[in-house]
Amino acid sequence: MNKISVIIQREYLTRVRKKSFIIMTILAPVLMAALILVPTLLVLNEDQEYKKIAVIEDGSDILSEAVPDTKEMDFVYLPGARLDDLKTTFESAGYYGILYISPDVINVPNAIQLISKQQPPITVIEHIESSIEKELEKQKLLTYNIEDLDKIMKNVQTNVSVQTIKIDDSGQVKQTSTGIAMALAYIGGFLMYMLVFIFGSQVMRGVIEEKTSRVVEVIISSVKPIQLMMGKIIGIALVGLTQFFLWIFLAILVINVLKTTVLKDTAFSDMAQKNMVTNVMTEEQQAALENNPAANPELAEFTQIFSSAMNQPWGLIIFSFVFYFITGYLLYASIFAAIGSAVDNETETQQFMLPVTIPIIVALMVAMGTMQNPESSLSFWFSIIPFTSPIVMMARIPFGVPMWQLAVSMLLMLITFITFVWMAARIYRTGILMYGKKTSWKEMWKWLRYSG
Amino acid sequence: MILFEAKNVTKQFGTFTALDNVSIAVPEQSIYGLLGPNGAGKTTLIRIINQITGPDSGELFLNGKKLKPEDVMTIGYLPEERGLYKKMKVGEQALYFARLKGLSKAEAMKRLKYWFNKLEITDWWGKKVEELSKGMQQKMQFVTTVLHEPKLLIFDEPFSGFDPVNANIIRNEILFLRERGATIIFSTHNMASVEELCDNITLINKARTILEGRVDDIRNQWAANEYEIAFDGDVTLNSHGGFSILDKQYENNRSLIRIKASADMRSNEILEKAISLGRIISFNPALPSMNDIFIRVVEQRN
Repeated sequence: MNKISVIIQREYLTRVRKKSFIIMTILAPVLMAALILVPTLLVLNEDQEYKKIAVIEDGSDILSEAVPDTKEMDFVYLPGARLDDLKTTFESAGYYGILYISPDVINVPNAIQLISKQQPPITVIEHIESSIEKELEKQKLLTYNIEDLDKIMKNVQTNVSVQTIKIDDSGQVKQTSTGIAMALAYIGGFLMYMLVFIFGSQVMRGVIEEKTSRVVEVIISSVKPIQLMMGKIIGIALVGLTQFFLWIFLAILVINVLKTTVLKDTAFSDMAQKNMVTNVMTEEQQAALENNPAANPELAEFTQIFSSAMNQPWGLIIFSFVFYFITGYLLYASIFAAIGSAVDNETETQQFMLPVTIPIIVALMVAMGTMQNPESSLSFWFSIIPFTSPIVMMARIPFGVPMWQLAVSMLLMLITFITFVWMAARIYRTGILMYGKKTSWKEMWKWLRYSG
Repeated sequence: MILFEAKNVTKQFGTFTALDNVSIAVPEQSIYGLLGPNGAGKTTLIRIINQITGPDSGELFLNGKKLKPEDVMTIGYLPEERGLYKKMKVGEQALYFARLKGLSKAEAMKRLKYWFNKLEITDWWGKKVEELSKGMQQKMQFVTTVLHEPKLLIFDEPFSGFDPVNANIIRNEILFLRERGATIIFSTHNMASVEELCDNITLINKARTILEGRVDDIRNQWAANEYEIAFDGDVTLNSHGGFSILDKQYENNRSLIRIKASADMRSNEILEKAISLGRIISFNPALPSMNDIFIRVVEQRN
C-alpha cells in the first residue's frame, strides 16, 4: 500500500507541476464561458454598424413615423419619394435599405418590404415588425372612438415573465429557472465528458510512455502491475479532482465579486440575498418587489435568475459530479490503460479507441438532447446505462431526477467499473510486457483469461 | 553455498517455447554469466527471476527457500533497455525508484548522495533525463539498481552503450559489489568481460542450456592440448610425432608458435623438444577464448 502511495504521488506531482496544468486550470473556465457567451454576444451585437433606412409610404402617411429610431438604426421618412427611383440610388445616397410600405398595409399585413443589398439582421426586422404592429393596433383601436384610450392603454400594458416553481415531495417550494437548469446541464454534462476523456486518455498515454521507454520493467520488478496501474489511475484522478475543485473555487470567487460589485448598489442585493437564504419566494417579498419604485423588469429577472441559480440542489450536483467522475473515470481510464498496455505506440491505439469513444460521444449527444427534453425515455435509459450515465445523468440532475433512478444508475455504475477495472488489470498485466506484436481484440481476450 | 537456484524452468508464449527445462545454480558472492545468442531466452529467464512474469513450470529458490513476491526487495535489476522517465529530473527519479524498492526518503537521499559522489554524477541531479547521453543514463540507472543494497543483482547487458572508460568503471563497481557480499547474475554478448568477471556461466541456445559450469573448467575442457611457445629470435619448430604446428608468427625479433599436441603428449616432453631450439621466453597452455567456445558450441548445435 505504501508503494501505491509513492506511485500516486509521482503521477500527481509530475502533472500538477506542469505549466500546462496551471494554464488549463485558469483557461478552461474562460474558454467554457466564452463557448456559452460568444454565440450570445454575436447574436446581440451582430451588427453594431449604424444604419440609415429610407422609409417610403406609398400614397399615405399614416405609418410614416411609426418606426422609431434606435441606437443603431435611423429611419428617415422621405415624403413623396418613388420606390423605383430610389431603388437604384439608395446606396449612393447613404442608405442601408428602403422600407417600403404599400397603401393597403392595414388590410394586407405583408404589404411591407425591406429592400437592401445585404441580408438585414434579425434585430432590424424584429424592430420594424413590432413597431408597425403596435402602430397599426393603435390606429385600429382609435377607429373605435374610445374615451381615455391613452390611459386605458397604459393601464393595460403589462410585462410578463413566467416564474417556474418546483415543488418537491415534501411540499417545499423552490423557485427555478429553466435557463439556469439548461446551463447547468450543459456545463455538467460537457465537463464530465471533457474530464473523462482528457484524463482517461492521459492514463493511456502514461501507460504507453512507460511501456515504450521500458520503465515498466524496472517498476514491475518492484511493485505488482495492478499497483502500478491503479497508482497511475488514482494519481491522475486526483489531478482531475484538483482541477475540478479549483474551478469551483474560481467560480465562487467570481460570483462573490459579482455580488459585491454589480449588485451592491441596487435595492435588490438585499432581496437576492434573502431569496438565497430562504430559498422560497414569500408573499412579502413579492409585495416588496411590486411596491419597489425601482422595480424594472430586467433587474427583477436578473434577481430571479440569480436566486434560482442559488436554489439549485448544489449539494446533490457536486456529490453526483464527484461520484460519476470517479466511477466513470475509473471505468474509462482502466479501459484506456488496457489499450495503452496492448500497443507499442500511440498511433496503434486507433483501432481500439473507436469502440471506446463512441459511447462517450453518444452520451454527449444525448446529454445535449436532455437539455431540451429532460423527461424523454432516451435520456432515461442512457442515464441508467453505465457507459453513458455519467454524462447523461449530470445533464438530467438540474431538472430533477427521482431518487430511485439515481440509485439504480449509481449502483450499476459501481458494479460495471469494478468489473472493468478487474478485466483491465488482467489485460494490462500481460500487455505491458509484450513487444513487437500487433495486438488484436482476440489476443486481448486471450490475455484476459490467462491465469498466471 | 547456493544463493539462487532455478530448477527446470519452462516458459511458453503461445506455441513458442522461450525456455525449455533450464536450470541454474548461482553460488553466493559469485558472478554468474548468462550467455547465448539473441532470442535464446536469456531475457525471459531474467524476467522470471525478477518475478516480472511467472514460469509455466519449474521452481525458483532464494537462499534455499522458494522465491516469494517480497523477495524483490533483495533483488536489483538493470534491464537491457534503459527504462527511465525522459521528462523527469535525474535526482527525483532516482529517489522515486529507491522509494518503490521500499527505502525511506531520508535513507534513499543518503545513499544516493554516496553513489552520485562515487560515480561523479552529482552535477546531473537537477537535469532532466532526456538531457543525458545514453551512457550517462545508464550510469544513473546503475545507481538506482544497486541503491537498496540487494543481495542478488541482475544486470541485463550492463556494458552496452558504455565507452571503454565508463565500462571499466562499471566493471570495477561490479567487482566491488561482489567484494561487499553481493551475488551477481549478468547476461552479455561481450565474451571478454565473461573471461574477466564470471566465475560460472550458463550458455543458453534456443531455449535450452547447452553449456554450463565454472569458466576455468570450461576453458580447460575445451583446451584440447594446445600450447603457445615464445622464443627469442627467429626459431623454426618442425612438426613432430607428438604435436603439430598450428601457427607461427615472427615479430619484434620474437617467434610465437602455436602447437597442438596429441592426447598422450605431456607438456614436459614438449618443453624438452623446445629447449634445444633456442631461448624460451614463455610457455603457456593456450586456453580457447570464451568467444571461440561460444561460437563453436552454438554452431555445433545448429
